[in-house]
Amino acid sequence: MSAATPARAASVSSPTMAATVRPPGRRRLRGRVLTWQIALYAVLVVLAIIYIYPFLVQVATSFKTDAGAAADPVGLIPAPFTWAAYQRLFLESAFPLWFANSVVVTISVTLGRVFFDSLAGYALARLRFRGRGVVFALLIGVMAVPAVVLLIPKFLVINQLGIYDSYTGMILPLLVDAAGVFIMKNFFESIPVAVEEQARVDGAGTFRIFWSVVLPMARPALITIIILSFQGSWNELSHFIVSTQSPELTTLTKGVASLASGQLSQGSQYPIKLAAAAIMTVPVAVIFFIFQRRIMNTSEGAVKE
Amino acid sequence: MSVTAPPARRAGSSGKGIRRGEAAAGWLFTAPALIILGVFLLVPVLMALWVSFSDWSGRGSPLSSDVSFVGLDNYAAVTTGGGLAERDFGISLRNNAWYVLLVVPLQTALSLVLALLVNRAILRGRGFFRTAFYFPSVTSSVAITVLWLFLFSTSGVVNDVLSWIGINGPNWFNDPSGVIHNALASFGIQSGPETLTANSFLGLSFWDWLAGPSVAMSAFIFMAIFTTSGTFMLLFLAGLQNVSPDIQEAAMIDGANAWQRFWYVTLPQLRPVVFTVVTLGLIGCWQVFDQIYTGTQGAPGKTTLTPAFLSYQSAFISQQWGEGAAIAFILFVIIVAFTVLQRWVLRERKVSRRRIRQYQVNPAIVASSSAEAGR
Repeated sequence: MSAATPARAASVSSPTMAATVRPPGRRRLRGRVLTWQIALYAVLVVLAIIYIYPFLVQVATSFKTDAGAAADPVGLIPAPFTWAAYQRLFLESAFPLWFANSVVVTISVTLGRVFFDSLAGYALARLRFRGRGVVFALLIGVMAVPAVVLLIPKFLVINQLGIYDSYTGMILPLLVDAAGVFIMKNFFESIPVAVEEQARVDGAGTFRIFWSVVLPMARPALITIIILSFQGSWNELSHFIVSTQSPELTTLTKGVASLASGQLSQGSQYPIKLAAAAIMTVPVAVIFFIFQRRIMNTSEGAVKE
Repeated sequence: MSVTAPPARRAGSSGKGIRRGEAAAGWLFTAPALIILGVFLLVPVLMALWVSFSDWSGRGSPLSSDVSFVGLDNYAAVTTGGGLAERDFGISLRNNAWYVLLVVPLQTALSLVLALLVNRAILRGRGFFRTAFYFPSVTSSVAITVLWLFLFSTSGVVNDVLSWIGINGPNWFNDPSGVIHNALASFGIQSGPETLTANSFLGLSFWDWLAGPSVAMSAFIFMAIFTTSGTFMLLFLAGLQNVSPDIQEAAMIDGANAWQRFWYVTLPQLRPVVFTVVTLGLIGCWQVFDQIYTGTQGAPGKTTLTPAFLSYQSAFISQQWGEGAAIAFILFVIIVAFTVLQRWVLRERKVSRRRIRQYQVNPAIVASSSAEAGR
């Protein structure tokens, strides 16, 4: 844990700054505040190491040899260093196919959700039609059904409709999510109605208003939907378990899960498994870091309601 | 967040003038969502409900004429059958109940602590710490499980670190022994008293119910806390934004120490967030599936079997579709029951008169702050 020491040393300088703001002439208090600050940073640094270290060791191990991983599981510097895990993954396994499938599904689902969620959300927020209350109640009801209860049912319907083991069966059921509609509805209710009224007076049709007036204003909410559905469909496992069986339709989650239970590799072979898990994490990590500020703020905004 | 739609302004009677065609557009706009949610959520639930009352074997359509209604047989098989199905269901409930019992309080407490730690205005690297704690939440459960299998392998990272302080780590994912049984065994208690071993519920003796989570399940418990605490930390952070600093100051002037300020001032104001976090935690924890599917498939000794995984296994592997569906619906009822129970436990209680007098010092501030929070 030697890595912690410089960080801790650097952080100690700031509490003194903070302490000087306090009223003067209270040395003992100042000393106590300083001690508290040091303790706080120590706790934070230790916690941060616990949270980050697993991911560092994951990446490091993916560059180790099997023997190296077994001999020194904790070390962050692979010795000897090897690309073998990645070579096997990309050249000798179906991993590229799994990745491609996940990309296809994730992009389709994200596009679908952005469009259909906002369409329905707009209707529920702005358009007056008989049955709107019922539709909304239905939406809330659907949100309450736990996903796990749907494992068998989803298979039954997908099978009945003849779309089992096809891209349609993988993508179509995920194209709309109730939570997304809910988010969009809340957002549309929060923006002023005046602009739409103006467009209406100018003679624009409902879809036209939605598409060229309202949707461009909804960028923040749309980004939220993009983040949520990207993350959701990229990380989805159970739906693909019940909707597909052929190897050509295996997604990353399903493929890596089969890898974990020992197919493809004999014995433990952690480097290749961890390499697969690491690559799988990259896209969601990229999305996370691009929209980092947004993600943190979104959840704050969502709860303030 | 009321269910009724907000009252839109009534501009004359609808269906005429400038708002013509609005109803049609409304249905058209909601149609894709309604159809997809209806076909892939509502219909499936009804269909599965039927399957749970039928003897469908997985061949052909469950709606065909040679599938017959068997009443509560499937439910009986998993709850009173006396056979393997009942015992498996009992084991899975035991495992998941311990999981819930440990994960929900620990993840709630930890995420609150994390939020309090990173909520300070004067904190270097606030963004860094928040990111560090949140990051595990964005990764997929499959990837995290793979990582966990490595970290908690017999000669893995965790045991290596434990060995630095002289602890001989367990076999984690291969160890089916219950932690409470293990603790009792260290005091020399190897088997339970007659009353606990002789009586059973769902095919599992009371003594086995009290085994605690297995060592393997404990690793999953750590994982759940690790991956969810970041998300819930964000919820608590958002809640802390609404905690008015005025009351904090007032309490400070009244001489309340840091702990009192937290316990009597901050925490009561965070009640809605605690409520949300516990609800989400309960709902999530009763649905453990991905981790088990990826990691252990119920092994070792069925001690990581969960109702969700058992439901999948019964249907898709053992072709006992009726039983699988029945387990899913029992699980559904459990989740609903827990949510209702938890609502009732965490409800706003009437404060006793004596208690009120204690708080009566500054009702004005309380009123103003609650108005502020409602904004």
